[in-house]
Amino acid sequence: MANVLLSAKGIKIRFGGVIAADGIDLDVHEGENLAIIGPNGAGKTTFLNISTGYLRPQAGSVSFLGRDITAQLPRTITKLGIARAFQIPQLFLDQTVMENMLIAAASLRGHPSGLKALSSLPERPEMERLLDLVGVKEYAERKARELPEGQRKLVDIALALALKPKLLLMDEPTSGVASSEKFGIMDILTTALAKEKVTSVFVEHDMDMVERYANRVAVWSMGKIQKVGTPAEVLADPKVREHVIGI
Amino acid sequence: MAGRFKPITMAAVVFFLVAAVAPLFVPSWATLFALILAKSIVVLGIILLLQAGQVSFGHAMFFVTGAYTAAFWGKYVGGGDIVLYLVLGAVSSTVFGLIVGLFVVRYREIFFGMLNLAFSMVLWSLLEKMFHYTNGADGIRVARPGLLGLAFTPETFQYVILYVSLLIAIAAFFGVQRYLDSPLGHMLRAIKSNETRLEYLGTSARRVLLVGYVISAFLGGIGGTLVAIIQQIATPEFGYWTKSGEFVFIAILGGGAHAFGAFAGAAMFEVVRFYAATQLANAWQLILGVVLIVIILYAPNGLIGLRQRDNRSKEGGH
Repeated sequence: MANVLLSAKGIKIRFGGVIAADGIDLDVHEGENLAIIGPNGAGKTTFLNISTGYLRPQAGSVSFLGRDITAQLPRTITKLGIARAFQIPQLFLDQTVMENMLIAAASLRGHPSGLKALSSLPERPEMERLLDLVGVKEYAERKARELPEGQRKLVDIALALALKPKLLLMDEPTSGVASSEKFGIMDILTTALAKEKVTSVFVEHDMDMVERYANRVAVWSMGKIQKVGTPAEVLADPKVREHVIGI
Repeated sequence: MAGRFKPITMAAVVFFLVAAVAPLFVPSWATLFALILAKSIVVLGIILLLQAGQVSFGHAMFFVTGAYTAAFWGKYVGGGDIVLYLVLGAVSSTVFGLIVGLFVVRYREIFFGMLNLAFSMVLWSLLEKMFHYTNGADGIRVARPGLLGLAFTPETFQYVILYVSLLIAIAAFFGVQRYLDSPLGHMLRAIKSNETRLEYLGTSARRVLLVGYVISAFLGGIGGTLVAIIQQIATPEFGYWTKSGEFVFIAILGGGAHAFGAFAGAAMFEVVRFYAATQLANAWQLILGVVLIVIILYAPNGLIGLRQRDNRSKEGGH
């Protein structure tokens, strides 16, 4: 078995009467593409929020490469090597796509300069390469605001890749994208992840996506993990089919 | 990118040339332009914070800090020099900016604006009430300082301070532009559009804002020191909330999207005040009010936005 990158143990959190995590135990292994599926409100995004420091669990712990990150800030966790892409792309809309990327590069480098021009950062060719990798290089000089939703999603992922993460957490990478484009985007994405040697965890609703792109699937239900296994195992489980997939 | 700013940089160069040459022909403009330049330096600081989407309603506290630094030195130590005053004013306002900044950068928008206002009103009250040290509302006279050991007649001095202000304003203008083009400046703008993402890139938004805030305090202090030298007085009114409002007003008037907005706004403001005040006595605020309404309704990006809007409609045309 490959190395464990991220390890969650006994995670619990509740929001008022809603139990979003009720004893979540999950290991993410280096090199895999792990899909998280489950009905709305099962606590999938909450798990991403806890893993990236946006929320603090009421019980349990999360460790990354053996280091406890439970109470760390998102920016500290980012620096350790976990990047995040969002369900709704989170970009700097008033700046160009390249400027977005270079801000990420400057963040990674640390101690950003107040004198040298952003556009002259030596990471520029590398950022161009990443934009090319996810297929949005042609938009580099356009303002992020001007991009269609599908392209913004890809830029959002390119921004995460610019941080040279070991692990990328993605919340519904193909939501809000026309169904005709979904496979195209996921093809681009998985190729890019493999090339950059990034492990990924992605929340997904579309079972076709899960079947095609995940190595392993974790099924969430009412704040608990109902089942973990290969896509074939999970999709063959009658309970999962009934509660999660609805057939 | 660089090409887009060129016309406006040209406008700035023309403005600096006019500020340098015109007062040679109309002596009463020397002080007018010196004041415009000094205030522009303060407003540059407001524009910096506007990049992050934050409006400070208390920035006069740094302006008054710079002014009183010069005044106190003159009163308690004596023998002032323009360079010394500027260095001291810059240091005191920067240190003060760092202290206040550590508190205010934790807040955003209305809370940021109001907390700044609160700090500035505390300082204003202290200056007003500690009569024994500050002369209260009367303020402290700032004797005409020399420059690097040279003394000047009042007639020469108004040009000396004009050119000192001009040099600093030019440096501040290009310095701020450079900062806004840098990674830190882009991160400052990123706070306005998506602070969460900035944190998720591994950068502390508070630290980015603190750097911007301290720079803006520094600019405020320099501007305050210059105005105290130009007007030869520092009064608590320099730190009153109406003064803070005036700086925000000028920034909106000129346009917060570019450093030149500070100069366009300050020039408009001071020229209207200079001429309207003599013609219409107390009605100059009325005129400025009408100007601001027109600007907000028809040119929400300020005076400098007029040209950009013009360009955009041309682009849309083909």
